[in-house]
Amino acid sequence: MEQAKKQQLAKIANQLRLDIVEEVHAAKSGHPGGSLSIADIITYLYYEEMNVNPQNPADPDRDRFVLSKGHTAPALYAVLAEKGFFPREELVTLRKVDSFLQGHPDMKHTPGVDMTTGSLGLGISAACGMALAAKIDGKNYRTYTIVGDGESEEGQVWEACMFAAHYKLDNFCMILDLNGLQIDGPITEVMNPTPHDQKLAAFGFHVIVADGHDFDAIEAAFAEAKTVKGKPTAIIFNTVKGKGVSFMENQVGWHGSAPNDEQYAQAVAELSKN
Amino acid sequence: MAEKIATREAYGNALAELGEKYDFVVLDADLAAATKTGIFKKKYPARHFDCGIAEGNMMAVAAGLAAAGKIPFASTFAMFAAGRAYEQIRNAIGYPHLNVKIGATHAGITVGEDGATHQCNEDLALMRTIPGMTIVNPADAVEARAAVEAAILHKGPMYLRFGRFAVPVLYNKESYKFELGRGVNMAEGKDVTIIATGIMVDMALQAAELLKADGVSARVINIHTIKPLDKEIVLDAARATGAIVTAEEHSIIGGLGSAVAEAVGEACPVPVVRVGVEDSYGRSGSVPALLELYGLTPANIVAKAKLALSLKK
Repeated sequence: MEQAKKQQLAKIANQLRLDIVEEVHAAKSGHPGGSLSIADIITYLYYEEMNVNPQNPADPDRDRFVLSKGHTAPALYAVLAEKGFFPREELVTLRKVDSFLQGHPDMKHTPGVDMTTGSLGLGISAACGMALAAKIDGKNYRTYTIVGDGESEEGQVWEACMFAAHYKLDNFCMILDLNGLQIDGPITEVMNPTPHDQKLAAFGFHVIVADGHDFDAIEAAFAEAKTVKGKPTAIIFNTVKGKGVSFMENQVGWHGSAPNDEQYAQAVAELSKN
Repeated sequence: MAEKIATREAYGNALAELGEKYDFVVLDADLAAATKTGIFKKKYPARHFDCGIAEGNMMAVAAGLAAAGKIPFASTFAMFAAGRAYEQIRNAIGYPHLNVKIGATHAGITVGEDGATHQCNEDLALMRTIPGMTIVNPADAVEARAAVEAAILHKGPMYLRFGRFAVPVLYNKESYKFELGRGVNMAEGKDVTIIATGIMVDMALQAAELLKADGVSARVINIHTIKPLDKEIVLDAARATGAIVTAEEHSIIGGLGSAVAEAVGEACPVPVVRVGVEDSYGRSGSVPALLELYGLTPANIVAKAKLALSLKK
């Protein structure tokens, strides 16, 4: 990837991180850790990978995105606002009673949200349904879904994986955010879902493992996924939970809590240096 | 004697028949032979998708299909649709109000020999709690076919309840006009009203005849659409006859009886006595034996109608 493009994407991702911290601070609740871990991936998806149009969010031929780990809505809202699906002033209304930015994504009320999610395991299944619809209708759009590593403990995730492979959904790309932490601790200690690469391969996926914070690696992974025929692709991105805010990085406690004013100021100061 | 057809059979036939006129797809969870979606599959194999024994995934896949503009029918037994996949239906279909049609077969105790684990007497109660969910429980094969077409034309989530056991055909296919959300007056009467749904409609008509012999004039209403409930026809019956008996092949908790009692209690309080499965599980047995054991009979409707009459002020 060209240096200039890489710098531009890094700048956008950094802005998303600022937005995420601002949203969660304003809401006084929410999930910053897993939002920050997917900031680079979701930036690449919306700025380089997917065919989406903020002026026509319901375009039947658009690529679809389903945030199966719906609790990291702050990251999705940030990128949708940056892309112009709705005014960025709305971001600070997150989780407020009169806001259309619900605690978990709501397709009925938020422009650009393709699927209502939040209950873990449901999003990946719905994404399979969208990919199947494209096959039935002979359309070329692709469907992407980000699944959490903790979420992969849900049995339904594997039901969906069976389905995607059985129906040869090569227009379907599962993205696993492998940040290693869930609410109660490290995933390997709570209920070990690893090794994801071997399990997904055994389920019939083409598996790619990449660094989820390196735009060259992210670009290469998505490019490879598009070349795969006859089977779905899973990209396992190794990420850092809380990435970009020093005191949140790799800290379980920042899964689902908001920074206070002091912590918020520090986070903004850190991110503003980038 | 009237022809007997199971409503699940009518469901499968309706899908196959209407597949030519309408663009919908059908999902099943390894029960196509039993839910009768196999009839559709035979005619339209490219539009039928078996999801395997994974009902939760099937419901959310259906949600994704609907979000992408398709009209999916998702079929399995009522126990594994409303029961196993309740949360998927609530969160992935109900909450985003997606255009998914749930074709739930083998509802109630007329599953028969398979027993309690497969006899869902709770599905109407579960589905009624989901905002925006339309629920239809057809009384016979003609109504079942009409309900399937109405489901295709209706925009929004719908739960269709079908039975395993063959039941008499009550309506004339050519003349019956099915209207979603509107109850059907089956017999006039002035002393008491029997409000029935599904396979109990036929028994309600039989009960009305028995009551007539005892000098009691009973109105009979078929409520095929459990939600939204036709309050107009229910309240009119409450006002006109002053006593109501409900009859359903479902728990007396949360289904038709509850819906009617809620409507009547809030607007025109009169006695409402419920016939249904009385807060218990089913069990294995032949269908006639089970109907007798659980009181799903014309005789029990008669007894409960007399109870309602005695409570009348």
